Amino acid sequence: MEIWRLPISASQRGKLISAGYTSLSSLSSISSSDLARELNVSESEAMNILKVASHSRGSETSNASCSIVEVLDTFQWWAGAQSAWDMLHDEESLMHITTSSADLDNILGGGIHCKEVTEIGGVPGIGKTQLGIQIAVNVQIPNDFGGLGGKAIYIDTEGSFMVERAFQIAEACIEDMSEYNRFLRKDFQECKIKMQPQDILENIFYFRICSYTEQIALINYLDKFLSEHKDVKVIVVDSVTFHFRQDFDDMALRTRVLSGMALKLMNLAKRFSLAVVLLNQVTTKHTEASFQLALALGDSWSHTCTNRIVLYWNGNERYAYIDKSPSLRSASAAYSVTARGIRNSSSSCKRIKMM
Amino acid sequence: MANKLISEIPLPKSIANVFSARNISTAKDALTLTEFELMELLDVGLTEVRSALSQISEIVAPPYQTALSLMEQRLQNEHLGGHFPTGLKGLDAALCGGIPFGVLTELVGPAGIGKTQFCLKLSLLASLPRNYGGLDGRVIYIDVESKFSSRRLLEIGLRSFPEIFQMKEMAQEMAGRILVLRPTSLAEFTQSLEQIKVSLLQKQVKMLVIDSMAALVSGEHEQGARRQQTLSWHISFIKSLAEFSRIPVVVTNQVRSRNHDDASRYSFQVQSRDGAIGTTMQYDSHLVAALGIQWAHAVTTRLVLEAKSGERFIKVAKSPISPPLAFPFHITSSGISLLSDDGKEVMGPEINAIHCQGHNEIINFGMEGLH
Repeated sequence: MEIWRLPISASQRGKLISAGYTSLSSLSSISSSDLARELNVSESEAMNILKVASHSRGSETSNASCSIVEVLDTFQWWAGAQSAWDMLHDEESLMHITTSSADLDNILGGGIHCKEVTEIGGVPGIGKTQLGIQIAVNVQIPNDFGGLGGKAIYIDTEGSFMVERAFQIAEACIEDMSEYNRFLRKDFQECKIKMQPQDILENIFYFRICSYTEQIALINYLDKFLSEHKDVKVIVVDSVTFHFRQDFDDMALRTRVLSGMALKLMNLAKRFSLAVVLLNQVTTKHTEASFQLALALGDSWSHTCTNRIVLYWNGNERYAYIDKSPSLRSASAAYSVTARGIRNSSSSCKRIKMM
Repeated sequence: MANKLISEIPLPKSIANVFSARNISTAKDALTLTEFELMELLDVGLTEVRSALSQISEIVAPPYQTALSLMEQRLQNEHLGGHFPTGLKGLDAALCGGIPFGVLTELVGPAGIGKTQFCLKLSLLASLPRNYGGLDGRVIYIDVESKFSSRRLLEIGLRSFPEIFQMKEMAQEMAGRILVLRPTSLAEFTQSLEQIKVSLLQKQVKMLVIDSMAALVSGEHEQGARRQQTLSWHISFIKSLAEFSRIPVVVTNQVRSRNHDDASRYSFQVQSRDGAIGTTMQYDSHLVAALGIQWAHAVTTRLVLEAKSGERFIKVAKSPISPPLAFPFHITSSGISLLSDDGKEVMGPEINAIHCQGHNEIINFGMEGLH
């Protein structure tokens, strides 16, 4: 590995190169005091350079080919890496957040996945915000009921979060849980639901964002916020698009800023094993001599999310379509938005009978 | 907060100096650069850049509120729980009390259907004292199409609230609270929006009406993408006005004929039924809202006013709280009123369709009402 790939400042790199250090191996057997003298920097700075260098060297050796046993050994100290087998194990034990529509959960493989970034887009009025609120409520379903028992962060960029609606959905969610309780357990003295809609609202951390700078800042800050609030299990951004659509002239800058933001979100999802749900708007796009609907923010953005779900009208029903996912097959399912929140489409049982 | 000066953020002295030397003076400047760009520019290591960025971010990021405290705060501080009753009982029930404060509510429909009539009624209501269901405050009415009629306004007042409007001084006071602006160009509109922001903070303005948003741009620009671009600043500005002054904002939108470039399907929908492109999901109506999809995303509540087989309907086409309901309405000398308070639930995307068939007489009354 060359010196120029080290994450150190430009002037330090310049000093290293002019002093004749061009490769990492040349730094391997030098003491920090020698280096400090040669580069004419302070001892602590030299120590820092050596630390960065030895760290990079560590990750380099593990890339090199060696025997299986050695590879397995390296995995131990190579932080962050995981074998595919471990990953499978992790994925199996991973929890999902239900959408309250069984059909929708079905095509999603159980619900919204933790540790992943899921993008949901659709035309105005299709139910994006509704789904966002529903997820923020459902993440709080306690473990006894197959939920995650976590808290939610709701980042509102558009001002469309309606607290009255969140209250309605929370109420319905609690009603459903007690219904489920009565079915499953005869003695509902034992496991009575003490949850109140107020408690659910209490566990939704609401951030109102007024510019894209604030949006970037908040996502940087979430790192710290989440280390203080480890029980947060979902971040909903409603919508990721709004400010980026209004205030940008420089499209290259927009792409850069957006992909930086997406990377940070992906990192948060992995580190704190929580689900990230990004709501996106739609735009019209000219392809093959006709105009079609497409999710906003352009082609390079569409690479950044792990899963992409498009909500659309099909006849008289709302459908969700899995547009992109590394593990799920593309499929679509009907859902409906009721007074109680997102539910199965009311006519889906009829259709099955007809077939 | 986005334009917060870096010099006001308690960073370590050394790094703060580097920021100012490189002319990165605001948080916005710093946060739009990537970590590596900053390293290049500032000539410092990754750890320093990271810690500086996280400090800046922490200060710029807005504080959080739990949804519960948000609700309690709204219930406590806001008259009527944050909803302004329209006086149309069925519609108010569907909207959880009326037009929501702090967000945009859009009225869209064909010419002559009654959008301006609805706006007149709403501005009148907002000016009324609280014990008559009003907001007891000033109303700013931006009349782009020059359709505001003070005669009609007073007539609606006289018919719906005779006990107030029969007294001359009361009528004068109520009408005096409604301030009508008539911008003639988009530039003038932009200017008056900035003035409105100041007056919203100073005066007792309780509602903002813009009739109509579409007329502002249709005169000046060609259709399509450029039109959206010109409005994008206004969209976010009006939204933030609504949000920070916590008042209801009502905006009207015109309709136009559907163009060939109005997409209604995604690429995956087209692929799945190749051949029959566009025929299976053809709308039976050829009208669409004049302002496009970006605008539609920005409004929180959309009410569609339409005429179908001689009857007029008001439909809740987009709302975070209401189911898709349609209410038949008519317009009389006392203004807009519902024929039935029980809304009919509309299935599917039909709720967004705008019909315009057979509504000849706009106002069902003789002209003797006007003096």
